[in-house]
Amino acid sequence: MITVENLVKEFGTKRAVSGISFEVKRGEVLGFLGPNGAGKSTTMRILTGFMSPTSGRVVIGGHDIAEDPIPAKRLVGYLPESAPSYSDMTVHGFLNWAAEMRGLSGTARTEAVRRVVGLCFLENVLHQSVDTLSKGYRHRTCLAQSLVHDPEVLILDEPTDGLDPNQKHEVRQLIKKMGEKKVIIFSTHILEEVEACCSRAIIIDRGQIVANGTPAQLKARSELSGTVTLRVHGVAAEVVKARLAQLGVAGRVQVSTEGSQVAARIFPRERGINGDLASAVADVVAKEGWRFDELHTEVGRLDDVFRSITLPDTAKAAA
Amino acid sequence: MNEGLRNVWTISKRELGGYFNSPVAYVFIVIFLLLNGFFTFSLGYFFERGQASLAEPFFSWHPWLYLFLVPAVGMRLWAEERRSGTLELLLTMPIAPWQAIVGKFLASWFFLGIALALTFPVVLTTAYLGDPDNGSVIAGYLGSFLLAGAYLGVTELMSAITRNQIIAFIISVVVCFFLILCGWEPVTQFLVNRVPDGVVDLVKGLSTWYHFLAFQRGVIDLRDVLYFASVIGFSLFATSVALRGARGA
Repeated sequence: MITVENLVKEFGTKRAVSGISFEVKRGEVLGFLGPNGAGKSTTMRILTGFMSPTSGRVVIGGHDIAEDPIPAKRLVGYLPESAPSYSDMTVHGFLNWAAEMRGLSGTARTEAVRRVVGLCFLENVLHQSVDTLSKGYRHRTCLAQSLVHDPEVLILDEPTDGLDPNQKHEVRQLIKKMGEKKVIIFSTHILEEVEACCSRAIIIDRGQIVANGTPAQLKARSELSGTVTLRVHGVAAEVVKARLAQLGVAGRVQVSTEGSQVAARIFPRERGINGDLASAVADVVAKEGWRFDELHTEVGRLDDVFRSITLPDTAKAAA
Repeated sequence: MNEGLRNVWTISKRELGGYFNSPVAYVFIVIFLLLNGFFTFSLGYFFERGQASLAEPFFSWHPWLYLFLVPAVGMRLWAEERRSGTLELLLTMPIAPWQAIVGKFLASWFFLGIALALTFPVVLTTAYLGDPDNGSVIAGYLGSFLLAGAYLGVTELMSAITRNQIIAFIISVVVCFFLILCGWEPVTQFLVNRVPDGVVDLVKGLSTWYHFLAFQRGVIDLRDVLYFASVIGFSLFATSVALRGARGA
């Protein structure tokens, strides 16, 4: 549905995006991650045809966004980063206008506006002018605008920014639900959001893709992925360490004492997640009669992965 | 309706609604009419002239009136879109940029047309007091409307190159001022003895003042109409180039 080939965008001598390529198919929800200034918004602006790339190609639904922009733009709904809307219009007027711009008229337009008003919970503010709205409502007004023509492709730049936790949850549910039939690309800083609704995530740093995979695959890149954590009490730390180190499937073992508890982290000999290590540890615990408080396998944490593959202070490289 | 025209209409409608949703439109119209009255009846010596003609007392002030009022109307056209970020919204809609440019232009031009049309009491007064030549009144209004369009084109262009309305306003005033000056008699008189005739004609030919003069006197010359049309056309084309720049940065 969307093909991005070797996208490069330069502002003067600054390279905001350098050689990004990826594909997104229908039914995929793609999360765009990256530190501030990594090139997420620039990439999205190119995808939506707002900016033209210095080089490279974007094809949406078979239409090249540079050569054939209007049919390509027709397929896309876009929520820009700052969620702009015309402040002198009412919510209803604004959504009507957006529907008209999308070529809807008559009852189709009325119906479309009614639908997105319901989806984005805007009933209460329908006839209020946009500049009197709170940030959350403004954000949802712009989100409603992007959905009004029921687009096949949704590009959302930080869709949950500025929303309260309940609204965030609603928007995530919405993304998840719509993602079954559409193509959704959204950017975010919130890693749990990626786990909650993405089928795939791309991490961008300094204008380049540094990771591309399902949330599970990304988490597996974490150092801690596959390790087993054990908490026991009533045993000396040295005993625990010595006993666990004898396990064939275990690699390094770290132990620490927290009050009367001993916490051990056992790294697998070969990286990867399977039940072997955890059940081997459980056997030891049972055999030795240790009293344990916790035993679990770590699947890895996205923020560890994020921190380890993105470099700090990218803002200087690409603002 | 043709799709392109429909898009132009959708844009115009919103833009025009924007004028009338805020008090600015009404304030503008009132100021325009007050100034028109003041210039015509006080500075223009309308009654003292004893002529049933609008050329000198009424239309001759328009290039100066528009100099400030048209940039005030047009300064927000693109600058505001750029400042508030709605430009991103507008230009990712499935429309061609020219449709937005023309739509905005037409909305503002129509608004200026309304303001101009509301000066009709001056015409009624003249018709009541004397017997004006209807043809020259119509020519004067047409010229005035075209003049407003030319300034508006310049303003739209300036509005597209900055995100600051005030800067757009100031640059527009300066550019329009030059367009008047290069055909204003004191300036052309000054040039006549100093540069070759060809150059004087060329400079004069660029002036809105010079081309408006014929309309003001009641003459509709196709060349003058073409002049205003090309100023508008060129400005709108340049606006599309400026917008391409605005999207890149």
